[in-house]
Amino acid sequence: MSVKRDSLSVSLTVGAYGSAFGAAAIAAHFTVLQACLLSLLLFSGASQFAVIGVIGAGGAALNAIATSTLLGTRNALYGLRMAPVLKMSRLKRLVGAQITIDESTGVALSQSENGLEEMRKGFWYTGIGVYVFWNLFTLLGALGAKAIGNPSAWGLDAAVPAAFLGLLWPRLVDRKSRLLALLAIALSLLLVPFVSAGIPIISAALLAILIGWRE
Amino acid sequence: MNKYWIAVSGASAFAYAVKLFGASVPESWLAHPRITRINIFIPVALLTALVAVNTLADKTKLVIDHRSAGIAAAITLLIAKAPFPVVVLGAAITSAIIYRIN
Repeated sequence: MSVKRDSLSVSLTVGAYGSAFGAAAIAAHFTVLQACLLSLLLFSGASQFAVIGVIGAGGAALNAIATSTLLGTRNALYGLRMAPVLKMSRLKRLVGAQITIDESTGVALSQSENGLEEMRKGFWYTGIGVYVFWNLFTLLGALGAKAIGNPSAWGLDAAVPAAFLGLLWPRLVDRKSRLLALLAIALSLLLVPFVSAGIPIISAALLAILIGWRE
Repeated sequence: MNKYWIAVSGASAFAYAVKLFGASVPESWLAHPRITRINIFIPVALLTALVAVNTLADKTKLVIDHRSAGIAAAITLLIAKAPFPVVVLGAAITSAIIYRIN
């Protein structure tokens, strides 16, 4: 039964974090409906924060879409990794694809010693659990932020970069990643005074593609 | 349609397309070391840039304000291995205090 427990605890902790997204979306002048739609339809934490982060900083819609999509490309590789485990019918795939994210893949892979059946359980329990709680807490966070007024007075404008930092931190595992992070900071900040908002962030992604390609 | 709606619908559509694509293509399509490497690098670079810009940029100016204090608190909490929600909450509280003092 431990896969059920794992799935539930991941769903609750990650889901609760949806309240930070809901609140941050309101701080970036999205409506409650838009915040909820992002959680229902986009459903990928980092990409959702990217949309509100880029738009909130005054960036164009196209920049927000591009940043969000590039951050979401890893979900395609998760789907690829999970396909032989899940063996979904075409119809089931339409649902399974939506919940193919960091957490569902992570819990599924953590069960690989216990066989395919447990991996499948891990994927579906976690994916559905995170979906339910993430959306619930997005709504609560958005309504809460709407009620309190001035986002800066409540630190919401710092919650967005802190959320990004929390997502980034576990990825800075080796020297190469840390070096790339430093280059991304330098490049994006150098560009800020000269280009419109959103471009410095996309430039960092291009830098990553260039380095990954050439190495 | 304003840019908020364009961003919400566009980003959502592409996100789902990417997920469905990954679940549908033959494995050999994406199983290339170059793709794997780029896939690890993109989130690192994007998330770092998002932290930097959302902390230090005010439109096209670079500023050090209450948000920097919040991020300093977040870094401290991450080094102390605090859980995710505590990091975000700590950053928000610190930033709010500095904002109100000013």
